[in-house]
Amino acid sequence: MIPATLSYRRASSVDEALGMLAEHGEDAKLLAGGHSLLPLMKLRLAAPEVVVDIGRIEELRYVRTEGDVVAIGAMTRHHDLHTDGVAGREVPLVAHVAGEVGDPQVRHRGTIGGSLAHGDPAADLPAAVLACDATLVARGPDGAREIPAAEFFAGLFTTALGPDEILTEIRVPRAADRGWGFEKFTRRRFDWSIVGVAVLGGSPTQPAVGLVNMGEAPIRATAVERALAAGATPAEAAEHAAEGTSPPDEPHASAGYRRHLATVLTARALERAAGGSPAGL
Amino acid sequence: MRVTIEVNGRRTEEEVEDRTLLVHHLRDTLGLTATNIGCDTTSCGACTVLVDGESVKSCTVLAAQADGAAVTTVEGLAEGETLHPVQQAFQDHHGLQCGFCTPGMIMAAVSLLEANPRPTREDVRTGLEGNLCRCTGYHNIVDAVVAASGQEVPR
Repeated sequence: MIPATLSYRRASSVDEALGMLAEHGEDAKLLAGGHSLLPLMKLRLAAPEVVVDIGRIEELRYVRTEGDVVAIGAMTRHHDLHTDGVAGREVPLVAHVAGEVGDPQVRHRGTIGGSLAHGDPAADLPAAVLACDATLVARGPDGAREIPAAEFFAGLFTTALGPDEILTEIRVPRAADRGWGFEKFTRRRFDWSIVGVAVLGGSPTQPAVGLVNMGEAPIRATAVERALAAGATPAEAAEHAAEGTSPPDEPHASAGYRRHLATVLTARALERAAGGSPAGL
Repeated sequence: MRVTIEVNGRRTEEEVEDRTLLVHHLRDTLGLTATNIGCDTTSCGACTVLVDGESVKSCTVLAAQADGAAVTTVEGLAEGETLHPVQQAFQDHHGLQCGFCTPGMIMAAVSLLEANPRPTREDVRTGLEGNLCRCTGYHNIVDAVVAASGQEVPR
């Protein structure tokens, strides 16, 4: 399978990439590691006339602490994020989930910014940044703006990013003292999650729960969070995991199966976040 | 566009269509046909090569993205008649059945051992999760990678 004819442009800075986007408008698509976009292009589900490669923009590759947050450059590869000492210590949920994406080869190419901007509800990292209440920074012709993760994911493959904007940074509140849990279920190890659950644990606030593949966009399990706040045990709260969701219904996994799976995985992730080891594992 | 890639230590410079995938560039432009195309959907790992020393699936990389990089395919591992330790271990431990997954499996193993020179059997299985063997011949492949790391393989 070969992508449709395209014109490849490589940007070496954010300014240069913004200029290329302004020049080509909606005909252009940004290419980071390419591990979400290229498969779609090979299937001709996407056929951008111009591909702007931002994968080599060095100014977007970093992980550093800035006060209460860890700032992650959008072109940081999953492998680098997963093995980064600062990320592992200060935002361990995000660092762990980066190591759960795809397989080693995918993690050598794929980037956190590319994964988030793709807006795939079956991707793992959106659930993690949702649970962490991260802030996403986008740059456009009029400068930079901050978008809370909760407002970023708008629907199926749709985000709050404008066609002339570039996601440049992910700002994750430091959470070295908070427990966390991540559970996902796949048919094969490297597959997209049938369902996944990311939990950032309780102290000092209530646990936050993000869901993978339980609707058209990555979402928070708000019913679980409300139940916990009202004093429910993790097991009781997890029973609410599928409330308000609209999981996909397909031959490999029915919507009903996904709803059940969400409750099971949420219970396990909550237990891990609380420092326990889930029963049966 | 014109892409310049160091392939197996040799500088190559070729004019390719912008949409050319790295695996097609290697096989069709440069004639290096050891790298196989299996699933063509970033799943099976048969097309795994090293880009700047790290394993990637070359069916999901544009040749243009590898412009300026160093690429290693399985053809580039042996030193003359002497096989690379991973290749030799695959032969010694019969780490293949039909052989289709082997070039990608070997390149993934080389990348794995670069990052983790003394992996456990579990490390090897996890580290090769991006490579499928449809003969299900994983046991001997794990033996081969453990042996290539210089560790004893239990009999």
